[in-house]
Amino acid sequence: MITAAAQERENYLNASHGLKSWFLTKDHKRIGLLYLATITLFFFIGGAFATLIRVELLTPQGNLVSSETYNKLFTMHGVMMIFFFLIPSIPAVLGNFFLPIMIGARDLAFPKLNLLSWYLLVVGGMFSLYAMLAGGVDTGWTFYTPYSTTYSNGYVIATALGIFIAGFSSILTGLNFIVTIHRMRAPGMTWFRMPLFVWAHYATSLIQVLGTPVLAVTIVLLFLERVFHLGIFDPARGGDPVLFQHLFWFYSHPAVYIMVLPAMGVVSEVISTFSRKAIFGYGFVAFSSVSIAVLGFLVWGHHLFVSGQSLFAGMVFSFLSYFVAIPSAIKVFNWTATLYKGSISFQTPMLYALGFIGLFTMGGLTGLFVAALGIDMHVTDTYFVVAHFHYIMVGGAIMGYMSGLHYWWPKMTGRMYPEAWARLSALVIFLGFNLTFFPQFILGYLGMPRRYHLYPPEFQVLNVLSTAGASVLAVGYLMPMIYFIWSLRYGKVAPVNPWGATGLEWKTSSPPPVHNFDETPVVTHDAYDYASLMAEEVEVG
Amino acid sequence: MADHAPTETFALRVQFDTEAQQKDASTLGMWIFLVTEIMFFGGLFAVYTVYRSWYPNVFAIASSSLNEIIGALNTGVLLLSSFTMVMAVRASQLGQQKMIVIFLILTLLFGGIFLGVKAYEWNQKFEEHHIPGQAAFHLDGVLPEGQGHAQLFFSIYFAMTGLHALHMVIGVGILLTLIVQARKGRFSASYYTPVDVAGLYWHFVDIIWIFLFPLLYLIDRHLVK
Repeated sequence: MITAAAQERENYLNASHGLKSWFLTKDHKRIGLLYLATITLFFFIGGAFATLIRVELLTPQGNLVSSETYNKLFTMHGVMMIFFFLIPSIPAVLGNFFLPIMIGARDLAFPKLNLLSWYLLVVGGMFSLYAMLAGGVDTGWTFYTPYSTTYSNGYVIATALGIFIAGFSSILTGLNFIVTIHRMRAPGMTWFRMPLFVWAHYATSLIQVLGTPVLAVTIVLLFLERVFHLGIFDPARGGDPVLFQHLFWFYSHPAVYIMVLPAMGVVSEVISTFSRKAIFGYGFVAFSSVSIAVLGFLVWGHHLFVSGQSLFAGMVFSFLSYFVAIPSAIKVFNWTATLYKGSISFQTPMLYALGFIGLFTMGGLTGLFVAALGIDMHVTDTYFVVAHFHYIMVGGAIMGYMSGLHYWWPKMTGRMYPEAWARLSALVIFLGFNLTFFPQFILGYLGMPRRYHLYPPEFQVLNVLSTAGASVLAVGYLMPMIYFIWSLRYGKVAPVNPWGATGLEWKTSSPPPVHNFDETPVVTHDAYDYASLMAEEVEVG
Repeated sequence: MADHAPTETFALRVQFDTEAQQKDASTLGMWIFLVTEIMFFGGLFAVYTVYRSWYPNVFAIASSSLNEIIGALNTGVLLLSSFTMVMAVRASQLGQQKMIVIFLILTLLFGGIFLGVKAYEWNQKFEEHHIPGQAAFHLDGVLPEGQGHAQLFFSIYFAMTGLHALHMVIGVGILLTLIVQARKGRFSASYYTPVDVAGLYWHFVDIIWIFLFPLLYLIDRHLVK
């Protein structure tokens, strides 16, 4: 009877029923789940395009799809994965769900705006999906002019409009987070008691708010040029296509940090929890997030090393790019120092987080290679660059997302996932990922260019390895899909604090009540106060 | 604070503890939104700066083809609308129900006049063949090889004034909503946040024009005349 009573306790999931209670909800937790369902769909669509790309590249002859179709495949893979999966992923799902709870608030500052953000992402996604179904777009996700404005006969406008609309979703989410962090913290939740996940989201929100509008206006100018024949990027009238690249990368380089900073926030939480130790150098980790956000705005020109940018500008951007390595390295060293003499347990979130550290380090170090002017001349537009950014975006951002999803799944759903399967999935994804992308470093170094469906036969072995890895990776991603859904019905009922973690989200019930807490919490300790938590455990016995 | 599903009011939504906290959050939210707007128009200003410095002579000639008298008058109209907007905020602070509506309607009126004049100016451009992308495009006083650069100027002109006008139209929509709410007596001395933040937005759109007017109409005019 006790368990039955516990199950009947009112929470945000059973408080109201029916489609309307979901599609018109103002509850940040339900909106987080709406995002989860939406971006999972987008992820598998983007994954389907990746599958076709990898299957095509099994053989050196382009015999599965035409080069036109191949152009569309990699464009739509990039658009789906970047704008509709990676950018919303951690902030819109986990941030939405946990940021208010972690600072002891009842909701975000603007719940209706939050719901609007979700609708904007859905509408934006529909525009882009329409473009894909109607015939696709072949400009690459970067929409470089003048090809995109003048020559491409793909569905440029519908795709770009979808990205424009989704951009507002991102802007409004960032705005909502910043105001919430400034104005909604519970009594005692000072800035330096905030979990690092919240700090990471603060930094991310700054980028979303400052960067995304520049992409928006760039898309507007692209639209005006393609539809109304304004000439802003038209070289025939003295306009400059490189100016488009500057504006595009002013957003799209910081966008990488929109993807990876929240993942770093997740890793900080998880590493601390499963080492049962306060994070090493809290202040450094917190400020490294902010400094990555700031420095991220000063390095966009390293995407233009071969675009006719002046050599002086190239040198300045190269020099500045190295600076991003400093706060990134601070994080990696501090996570490692947290592990040192910690009481480490290798549960699933921890496995994913450790995977993140390894893969992010690989991605980051190869980032230094391509930030060097001389090396970049050699590897620009080769698979080396493809491997580099997939190590950051997939090896970094998605590993962090998976880590966070497993870590907070019991809190979100009230159910435990099957631990053994989950650990296996972490292993499969790690191995599959490396098998997919490590050969691409070698391919790029040897000179295989990206964005072609044909390649010289001597590259076939490495391409076959990469495709084999992609199959393993696909299995790895399908596994959580299956056992997460399975756990909703058959998983063990989750306790309030399954990991013995600090943090306000582990003090409220699983799943949380509608307004997150029965009573507004009062915070009296720093984040990650495992020392006094363990002292209490000793006292209680 | 217990989770007793408190009764929500406009001034105190359930997620906030106090009315002051809510007002603070709304105001901060609008300021951050205005920062995003600065970045949005910032992209255009960057484009303008690059091309103006590349083609200063053609841009000066193109600038001087705009009617600075009409532009100045329109600037005045817009400043006047900012004044009436401030008065609407003040009326709501004092809880003067009728005056809120009157000043909001005046603001709407001045905003409408601005948009009307803008439409007239745009129409002039069509008659003068100053529309970029059209075969008939021609700007007097510019050599044939400079005509493309003149098209750049008018591309920027239409992009900037067009996006500014779009913001004005959105502002008009916001004003209409406020007028309907004010007539229902929604706002009082203790709750006038929507008028306040709408005012911030309106002033921001005005300030954008204050930058656009000299950039597009005035700079280097004397070199040509």
